[in-house]
Amino acid sequence: MTINWDLVWSSLGPILMGAVTGTIPLALASFGLGLLLALLIALMRLSRNPVFAAIARIYISVIRGTPLLVQLFVIFYGLPSIGVTISPWPSAIIAFSLNVGGYAAEVIRAAILSVPKGQWEAGHTIGMSRRQSLVRLILPQAARVSVPPLSNTFISLVKDTSLASLILVTELFRQAQQVAAFSQEFMLLYLEAAVIYWVVCLVLAGGQSVLEKRLDRYVAH
Amino acid sequence: MSPTESSHAESVPRAPALLAVRGLRKAFGHHEVLRSVDIDVRRGEVVALIGPSGSGKTTVLRCLNGLEIPDDGVVDFVGQLAVDFSAPVTKKQLAALRDRSAMVFQHYNLFPHKTVLENVIEGPVQVQKRPKAEAIAEARELLARVGLAAKEKSYPFELSGGQQQRVGIVRALALRPQLLLFDEPTSALDPELVGDVLTVIKELADEGWTMVVVTHELAFARQVADEVIFMDGGVVVERGHPDTVLRDPQEERTRQFVDRLLNPF
Repeated sequence: MTINWDLVWSSLGPILMGAVTGTIPLALASFGLGLLLALLIALMRLSRNPVFAAIARIYISVIRGTPLLVQLFVIFYGLPSIGVTISPWPSAIIAFSLNVGGYAAEVIRAAILSVPKGQWEAGHTIGMSRRQSLVRLILPQAARVSVPPLSNTFISLVKDTSLASLILVTELFRQAQQVAAFSQEFMLLYLEAAVIYWVVCLVLAGGQSVLEKRLDRYVAH
Repeated sequence: MSPTESSHAESVPRAPALLAVRGLRKAFGHHEVLRSVDIDVRRGEVVALIGPSGSGKTTVLRCLNGLEIPDDGVVDFVGQLAVDFSAPVTKKQLAALRDRSAMVFQHYNLFPHKTVLENVIEGPVQVQKRPKAEAIAEARELLARVGLAAKEKSYPFELSGGQQQRVGIVRALALRPQLLLFDEPTSALDPELVGDVLTVIKELADEGWTMVVVTHELAFARQVADEVIFMDGGVVVERGHPDTVLRDPQEERTRQFVDRLLNPF
């Protein structure tokens, strides 16, 4: 098999464009919204209010217990049949955010629980409310613990955004598919797409190390 | 830096009452940890709480600060605030109770993600809303007093246990509480570091700070305390002047406890 380098170069433009205008903004937006949702769900799950805790528990169970592709299809292809039509981009962001929300909620909950109880007590004794202690003492310490598992979630999300190609979002993989269909060079184009995903994830893993080092400045080594 | 006059050594009865605790009860599940405990603390006085582990002495301390909610009893900061736990208490009451005292923990519980200076000013600035510059100036003064002026930019993990505990004490002082609570402040320290911390606490006592100290350091209690309270099984077994309770205890249980601490072998 000889490699058609001309095709590699000429397809690089549209595929990278798909990454920059599709994959990356989709992943960033969904991760940001998903984290906010996850924090809310984690706090509900930790709440003493049994109704909140139950809602959070059911939410996490549903999200983790159903395929992401099915969630995506329910929102984009299913909802219109009950009169709710959402265009591809918002559908993708909603589905991915909800998904991240379910997974990251457990990460955040575990990270909050990993902060020693004495930190809450120290906050109490200097006069802080629970909310103040949470924001100023507990979450900053939980953040450090949750960087590695949340990086996992983010890297998975970046790759999962390829599913958005199935609901007509123009992103990295959809661009590769189109060039492949046109040129009939499936192996080449799909491998090219795989390499680009990999490079993006390498960059993210590098970012994770930097962030971990920054947050580790206050612990013994 | 303290509001009250010093020298509590001989003049015990004359100082006005600061705290009166009556009928304090607390159970964890079926286990009764406190079974009606009364404690009085006068301004400028040092009360040492001693007793075997599980005797309830730490729980008493935690009840005074609202870290535990007693099942029953009254915590009365005389003339200011009396919280009666026989009825449900409000968040406001608890906050008012907590604001009158500050706790020094056995395991320091410093904030690991904040520098020494940030640890100290967190309460004054974030909770008491005092001007930051003023809080920093006061924090530096206090840190200098305990010999940690050079450490203000360090993180807790960079300090020895004794240094961390001195930061813990400064963090409590910076809140300007009426009452300092010490929960076994030297129990987690290596033996050679205990002296530094006890010296700081003794100096604070000499300056007239009012404090309740849970401790196993009998020599320290004898030297510094105005009253020693021996607890066992959730009740006060014996209380009085340190020379009496520690040297010539009237109760058999006190005698056994003191003997065991003085002669462990």
